[in-house]
Amino acid sequence: MRDKTIRVLAALLFWLAVWAFAAWRVNAEFLLPGPRKVAETLAALGATASFWQTILASLLRIFAGMLLGTLLGALLAVLTTAWDWADAILTPAIRVIRAIPVASFSLLVLLWVYTNRVPVAVSALMVLPVVWGNVSQGIRQTDPLLLEAAKVYRFGRWKTVKLVYIPSVLPYFASGCHTALGLAWKAGVAAEVLCIPKQAIGTQVYYSKYYLETPELFAWTLVVLALSFLMERGLAALLLRLKGGDKG
Amino acid sequence: MISVQNITVRFGEKEVLHHFSLQLPERGIVGLSGPSGCGKTTLLRVLAGLQRPDEGTAVLPGPVTMLFQEDRLLPWRTAEEHLTDVLPRGRRQEAAHWLALVELTGEEHARPAQLSGGMRRRLALARALACGGGLFLLDEPFTGVDRDRAKRILTRMRELSVPILLSGHEPELLALCQSVVWLDGPPLRLVPPPAP
Repeated sequence: MRDKTIRVLAALLFWLAVWAFAAWRVNAEFLLPGPRKVAETLAALGATASFWQTILASLLRIFAGMLLGTLLGALLAVLTTAWDWADAILTPAIRVIRAIPVASFSLLVLLWVYTNRVPVAVSALMVLPVVWGNVSQGIRQTDPLLLEAAKVYRFGRWKTVKLVYIPSVLPYFASGCHTALGLAWKAGVAAEVLCIPKQAIGTQVYYSKYYLETPELFAWTLVVLALSFLMERGLAALLLRLKGGDKG
Repeated sequence: MISVQNITVRFGEKEVLHHFSLQLPERGIVGLSGPSGCGKTTLLRVLAGLQRPDEGTAVLPGPVTMLFQEDRLLPWRTAEEHLTDVLPRGRRQEAAHWLALVELTGEEHARPAQLSGGMRRRLALARALACGGGLFLLDEPFTGVDRDRAKRILTRMRELSVPILLSGHEPELLALCQSVVWLDGPPLRLVPPPAP
C-alpha cells in the first residue's frame, strides 16, 4: 500500500515536472500555462461562491445522467435478453445511440429539451449502451448449470434472480459502470460546452477558451479530473458494498 | 412404485436409452451400478424431468430432487445459506441438522472456495437432501469423499426412509444400499450382478 502511494506520487511529480519544463520552454501563458499559474488560478476561483455553485450544478447533472443511463441500460438489458422480440426492436436502436457522436446528440437534444437538461440527457445516452452491453453479456454468461440447479431445487423466479442472476451479473455491471462514468463526464462537459447552460463547468471552459484565459481552462479541466476521480472512488466503494452485502 | 416404461433417448444418431424399463421400490436406497458412459446420468436426468425422452413414460412419486454429477454450488453463498436457500421459511433451523448429517458442522460460514473437493461434494449432497421431495436422485454423491466417511453418511441416509436412487461404483457403498440395479450400455440395459 505504502509502495503504491510512493509510486503514484512519483509519477505525479514526474508529470508535473514535464509540464513545468514544457511551460518554461514555450514561455507563453496563453498557449501553455505552468502548474504554478494554474494552481494560483484554481485557488482564486475556489475563493468565490460561484465556483462551488458551478461545480455542484455540473455534478448534479452528470450524476443524474449517469443514474438515468444506468437504470435504463440495465432495464433494457433485461428486456433484450428475456424476450426475442424486444431484442429485435431495441438492439438496433441502442447500437445507433452508441454510434452517434456527442456533438450531434447535444445539438439535436438542444432542440427538444431545456438547455439545463441537455447534459443530463447526453450523459444518459452515452452511459446507456455501455451498461446495456455489459449487463446483457453478464446475463448471457450466467452459468446454465447453476440455472438448472435452481430449477431442480425449486427456487422460483425471484429467488433465481436474487441468488443466481444478480451475483453473476454484478462484476459485468461494475465494469460497465466504471467505463460509463468516464464517458458520462466527458460527454456531459462536452454537452455543456456546446449548450452553455447558466451554471456549468462546460460553460466556464467555453468562456475560458473564448477569452483565451488558458490558465482558467486548465483549472476547470483539473476540476473535471478531480470530480471524475472522486465519483469513480465513490462508485467503487458503493459497488464493493453491494458485493459485500450480497455475500453476507 | 417408481417406474419407467419403454424409455428411449437419442442424442443425434446415438441411442443412449432404448426401450428401457425399470421398477423401483418407493422406500429405501437403490444403487445404480454400471460403467461410466453407460447411460446412468441420462436415466437420472429423464427421471428428474430434465431430459425429455423420445419415447416412453415415467411414473414418479411427488417432486424429484437431484444431486448433479457436478457440485453446482453458488460461489457467493455460505454452506449454511446453501441449506436455508432450499429449506422452507419455517424450517431453516434444520440447516444444522443437514450439515451434521454430512459431517460439515463448524463449516457453516465457509464459502465453496474455502472447502475441499470432498467437503463441497458433501455440502451439495446435504443441499439435495434438505430440499426434500418424493424421490432423490443422487448422481455419484460420494466422488472425492473418503470411503469411511461416505459409509457413515450413507448409513445415516438409510434412516431417512425416503426413496433414493444413487449411482456409484464403490462395491462397499453399494453393499449398504437396500438393493442394487446392475447396468451396462449404451444403450442402457439391465445385466446380472457380477460374480462374487
